[in-house]
Amino acid sequence: MLPCTGRIDESLLLKAFENGADGVMVIGCLEGDCHYVNGNIRARSRVKRVYSILEQIRIGPDRIRMYNLSAGEGAKFAAFTNEFVSQIENLGPSPINVARKQAARESAQEVQAT
Amino acid sequence: MITGTPKPIEEILEMIEPYDNIIVAGCFGCVTVCRVGGDKEVQVLSSTLRLAREASGRKIEIKEICLERQCDPEYLEPMRPYVEDYQAVLSIACGAGIQFMAEKFMKTPLLPGINTGFLGVTERQGEWAERCQGCGDCVLHLTGGICPVTRCAKSIFHGPCGGSVNGTCEVAKDIKCGWQLIIDRLKSLDQMENYGKLKPYKGWDASRDGGPRRILREDMI
Repeated sequence: MLPCTGRIDESLLLKAFENGADGVMVIGCLEGDCHYVNGNIRARSRVKRVYSILEQIRIGPDRIRMYNLSAGEGAKFAAFTNEFVSQIENLGPSPINVARKQAARESAQEVQAT
Repeated sequence: MITGTPKPIEEILEMIEPYDNIIVAGCFGCVTVCRVGGDKEVQVLSSTLRLAREASGRKIEIKEICLERQCDPEYLEPMRPYVEDYQAVLSIACGAGIQFMAEKFMKTPLLPGINTGFLGVTERQGEWAERCQGCGDCVLHLTGGICPVTRCAKSIFHGPCGGSVNGTCEVAKDIKCGWQLIIDRLKSLDQMENYGKLKPYKGWDASRDGGPRRILREDMI
């Protein structure tokens, strides 16, 4: 749990993918409404840098997205979450998870063969 | 500070292609300040490379470290016990740091993760600009603190050339004429007499013309 999206940096977002996430949603306060002045603006620019990294390594920029919400917008939060989940479902598992499954299948076959 | 820019990921992936385990080494010096080779960049680059390699079906093991400085021997020595356990070191320090590490660890290939730029300043967050070329014979006291070697595209020493138009250099519209800057500054300092004091010629013997330079301070040895 982070107190402010301003604490998020690129390595945290990439770690989520290393840990098996198919997609990552970053939800910050409304722009102009940051308790720490510009934490959410900084988070947005870091998320943009991760878009570009994911694009370069062909994992796909669509697997990460930043939303801005206030704490009182529960219905909007649910709608955004459903939208993002369906976007990720359409994309399918991340190439990392595909490769991991494939490696697990191959090692199981090797064990069976021996 | 010494500035730099990250190499494209594709180029780095090509460099590390033969290896299954590497060290990614950052530096807490200049490259941390210009956000290209510090601890955070080590973490981001390492994650990026692990993700890219795993997605391609061939995992890579990466040890992440960030040294106080890669250009001083005492900070490199702690790596010695384990450096040969890895097939290569990808350094995101400046070219000086990378080369110094290569000299110290003869059996380990050193790979550059950044393109080293210039001696410069931070004009604003995310924007750096060149200020010094290390010519070895500083004349800033005569030129209002503005370097003709660096700020003039031709490094000329006797006022603006014919390519200076309305304070802009002919090389590019976003480059200010170094000599216009010098004259404006000398005028504002009321030091225009310095304009006439410039040396009749610039000795380049302290610059790069004699090959790689060395500073020997007997008082410190």
